[in-house]
Amino acid sequence: MSINLLAALAAMLTVATPLVWAGIGELIVEKTGVLNLGIEGTMYAGAFTGFLVALRTGSPWWGLLAAILTGVVAGLAMAVLSVTLGLNQHVSGLGLTLLLIAGCEFTFRMLYAGGRPKLDDKFDAWLSDVPVLEQHWLTYVAFLVLAPGTWWVLRSTGLGYRIHAVGENFEAAEVAGISVNATRYAALAVGGAFMAIGGAFLTLAVLGSFTLNIINGRGWVCIALVIFAKWRVWPVVLGALIFAVTDALQLQLAITTAFSDVPREVMLALPYVAVITALAVWGRKVHYPGSYLKAYRRA
Amino acid sequence: MMRLVLRGSEPRWVAPVAVLVAVLATVVLTAIPIRIAGANPPAAFERYLVQPLSSPQGIYEVLLSATPLLFTGIAVAIAFRAGYWNIGAEGQFLMGAVLTTWLALTLPDLPAVAALPFGLVAGAVGGAGWALLPAWLKRHGRIDEVVTTLLLNPVALLVVQGLLNGPWRNTASGFTDSDRFGTGYDLPEIVPGTRVHWGFAVALLIIALTWFVLSRTAVGLHVRATGAAPDAAAFSGVPVDRLRFRAALVSGGIAGLGGASQVMGVQHQLTQGISNNYGYTGIIVATLGGLTALGVVLVAGLLGDITVGAESVSLVLQVPTQLGDMFGALLMLTVLSALSWRRYRVQWRPPRRAAEDSEREEVGHR
Repeated sequence: MSINLLAALAAMLTVATPLVWAGIGELIVEKTGVLNLGIEGTMYAGAFTGFLVALRTGSPWWGLLAAILTGVVAGLAMAVLSVTLGLNQHVSGLGLTLLLIAGCEFTFRMLYAGGRPKLDDKFDAWLSDVPVLEQHWLTYVAFLVLAPGTWWVLRSTGLGYRIHAVGENFEAAEVAGISVNATRYAALAVGGAFMAIGGAFLTLAVLGSFTLNIINGRGWVCIALVIFAKWRVWPVVLGALIFAVTDALQLQLAITTAFSDVPREVMLALPYVAVITALAVWGRKVHYPGSYLKAYRRA
Repeated sequence: MMRLVLRGSEPRWVAPVAVLVAVLATVVLTAIPIRIAGANPPAAFERYLVQPLSSPQGIYEVLLSATPLLFTGIAVAIAFRAGYWNIGAEGQFLMGAVLTTWLALTLPDLPAVAALPFGLVAGAVGGAGWALLPAWLKRHGRIDEVVTTLLLNPVALLVVQGLLNGPWRNTASGFTDSDRFGTGYDLPEIVPGTRVHWGFAVALLIIALTWFVLSRTAVGLHVRATGAAPDAAAFSGVPVDRLRFRAALVSGGIAGLGGASQVMGVQHQLTQGISNNYGYTGIIVATLGGLTALGVVLVAGLLGDITVGAESVSLVLQVPTQLGDMFGALLMLTVLSALSWRRYRVQWRPPRRAAEDSEREEVGHR
């Protein structure tokens, strides 16, 4: 029983990992007052380019690097649209997501019209080094470096204050000598890289292959997690774990005979329903960052 | 020396020129993947844009492809106009198709005179029903509708898949399609011998009605005020929250009607691929169309044209059909980008005066 519990915990951490990466990426972006709905497409593009480059070079490290670069480029594209040009953030983010997904599908079909390519070796670095929880190293980094690191930076460094100032009141930040647009550019680039790592984790570490519905709304889940967490790091991690529990529970229930009559799709919908419920219970009348959705124009 | 200056007023030629520049930019940018796919870009664009419109049969196919986009496009436009960010047209479209299918499978022998109106109404109810929860949460809990409408899209797809894998699995073939509907549910063709069905006419009727309500009635004025300046609207007594709630339901209902039109007019059965991303493409249609009725018609027509063209390009030139989707998304981003510059004009000045000006500005700052 205890071994099963450990196995369930290990599975849960794996499911939560992409959400922690992308959720913290979105959190950093939103802390500067920008909503990046490009997250779904950025995760998708990270998953795709990571897989493609790993497949072609034979090295997952190159794949991961390619995913990070893709994420940075996607973040900068969002920055040009929403920060420099000041376009509506909802529309530019969705447009970016649609463009990235269509572009990746286009490339995938062009290269692999018939077959389903697969990586020879999944990205198993570190996997065997820690005997108990058997996690991928990107999982350890997500929980032990990324989350505490972001928490610390946002809470107790000058950079964190700067991000907070831009997100809450950009006129005051600019008066205090902070460049609003430079801060937002940096946040979108870094956040985009984290989102892409979250996507690449799925292809490189979990599946070892690429499927057309690989992200399947996980980016939208991350947007919900950030609101649920009221723009704080640890509740994002907690939310990702709750989603993962529901997901793991759905898998467990599916193989339990008592629930064998329940259609698989009902189980698959459970995590989404759980997130909406969590939002309905804890996401009411939340305080959004003061400059949320607003483009900064120097007067 | 060149610099950008805010315009006092905007000449009439600026917006059309900006759109033209954006279209050219999109054509140039999409020529790259066409080239990579090994096709000749001018020949491909001729097939994407011109060839579908060069025969009557092709034009009918374009109208058929545009039909679901007319529904989702005007649905999104209504919600956005009211300042309600309904990103869930995809799910609402699917649930409209689901409820129509439920009716058609429950009462298969209904005669056309009853089946057609009830089938369409069922679709509208399905779509509005799926839009209800986010709209209610927004109105009573201030919960961001962007997130909730987005999250319900994958759930709606799971509902469709669950029904097709389970109770609605095809009884004859065992495939994951529903049984064919009774013939009473078939939306007839407008022109015999073509595939364009009365769903197209229903879409145009709804768009005309939307135009009338938004631009010619007091309710329309209130909706526009709610979207453009909610605080001012609330101050002058417009019930902002209630209007947004209703706009959300109307938007969902129209998207659901699109789902009904697609199952009754084209597929005559529920399939997993019943929505080819129509809900998301509707956001492109509405935005590119400037959230206006005429704009939605024009953009839906253009994207319908490209969809038909993309099929032929993929068959003849082996360029994947996703290029059509890339074209739509890219066109939206470039047009919006180009239009964002129209408030500025380029000012050419000799360097000496520029230096004087900046000196004067500095003095002014001190």
